[in-house]
Amino acid sequence: MSFEAPGNVRVALLAILGVLALASIVVAAMARARPEGDYAELKLRVKTWWYIVLVFCAAIAFDRTVSVCVLGFVSFLAFKEFLSLIPTRRADHRVLFWAYLAIPIQYYWVATARYGMFIIFIPVYAFLFLAMRLVLVGETQGFLRAAGTLHWGLMTTVFGLSHMAYLMALPAAGNPNGGGDALLLYLVLLTELNDIGQYISGKTFGRRKVIPKVSPKKTVEGLAGGVLATTVLAWVLAPWLTPLTAWESIAAGLIIGLSGFLGDVTVSAVKRDIGVKDSGSMLPGHGGVLDRLDSLTYTAPLFLHFLRYLHY
Amino acid sequence: MSALLRRLFVVLVAWPVVLVLIGIHVRHRERLPGRGPAIVAANHNSHLDTLTLLSLFPLSVVPRVRPVAAADYFLSNRLLAWISTRLVGILPIARKARKTDPLLGCYEALERGEILIIFPEGSRGEPERLGELKTGIAHLAERYPEVPIVPVFMYGLGLALPRGEALLVPRFCDVHVGEAIRWTGERGGFMHALYGSLEQLGQQHRRARHGEDGER
Repeated sequence: MSFEAPGNVRVALLAILGVLALASIVVAAMARARPEGDYAELKLRVKTWWYIVLVFCAAIAFDRTVSVCVLGFVSFLAFKEFLSLIPTRRADHRVLFWAYLAIPIQYYWVATARYGMFIIFIPVYAFLFLAMRLVLVGETQGFLRAAGTLHWGLMTTVFGLSHMAYLMALPAAGNPNGGGDALLLYLVLLTELNDIGQYISGKTFGRRKVIPKVSPKKTVEGLAGGVLATTVLAWVLAPWLTPLTAWESIAAGLIIGLSGFLGDVTVSAVKRDIGVKDSGSMLPGHGGVLDRLDSLTYTAPLFLHFLRYLHY
Repeated sequence: MSALLRRLFVVLVAWPVVLVLIGIHVRHRERLPGRGPAIVAANHNSHLDTLTLLSLFPLSVVPRVRPVAAADYFLSNRLLAWISTRLVGILPIARKARKTDPLLGCYEALERGEILIIFPEGSRGEPERLGELKTGIAHLAERYPEVPIVPVFMYGLGLALPRGEALLVPRFCDVHVGEAIRWTGERGGFMHALYGSLEQLGQQHRRARHGEDGER
């Protein structure tokens, strides 16, 4: 274990911590200026952001083994939350245990940079194996639902999110501007700011609903404003953190902005189907882990493959 | 020595299992008794129930928390008996005792100012369903009317490690602590109040999970 973040990544991490400190101060000042207002939720949200950012710094600042362990644990939390949400059959108890084993195996492929295994392990081997195990249980009532939900959970929370970690396993020479650390930072920063940008621009300009049946608060104006801000930021940060050219970085911004929205509403649809408000309660002020990672389940795989197609 | 062993057990076993592997969300933790004599009455679906309740208490209190458990099961062999009494700190009671009062050990513990953990359903029931309550707890309440009885409802542990399964499957669980109740002056009424309180916590759980407004 060693501390080995490149210079530009260190500067970026410090800048993020600075912005967060500023946010804490502003919220505290607002609460003091207007004591009658209710800032409890906002305070809680900012406080939880501190934990998230510190975990993320730990994931990025040390060597690849540490990053893979931290991000693997994040996948574990997300998958656990998913399994706690969906209705599971009592008979499938042991199969769920096998499904958990997919997490260390998938992150082992990341740690050893074996792209071939990384990309087929869950879609092929885990998919076939878990279906077989469910068949051996012998309970056909609800079989398709059990197999389908289980695999959907693995694909989003383990396969999808592990793409974040795989950015670290790409050959360092592919990105002279800080290697995998910088790419991971670029992806996560843009995805999270896109969430915030869509929220703020929706609150400010939002009028026409995009997809009211799934997410009644999402608006066309929110989506457009968020995507625009994300694309501009993607273009500004690209020369500093990525090997992307100007046009490529604009495409990356559009991909992250639009697919972040899709990830968000997909998890919303799951929550609506199950009939819960939040995916969990692990992150006070935000809801569950999946409420925060929802956009990344879409942006991480799409960004990695976009980048890989162009530069690796 | 025994206090140290019990604290070590909580730090090295209960915390990693309950806080990392499982992950619990506790509502109204402040309602748990900070010192004895007191009784915690919880629903029972899994061996994880005891581990979870132990992890809720501060380490300074842990040696004084005593889960009441069946002697015929937990003292059935020497290894299990050592783990149960030395590490978990159970207060064994003989379920089939005829001659002596099976609750004698509980009286002594309450008089020493300890916190008893009691599962009034007796053994582990069907996952996530509140079974019929045994009346032993009413005897204790009647004998010690000043002792607060804190109801606790746990959801999900019976799915993470159900009865008859050896494999633990991680899953987020919820713990709801209710307001303390006391002896009501009559056995039937007391049992009714306790059952009602546990069931109300269960309903609270379902409401919290699905949200009052259903929007978001």
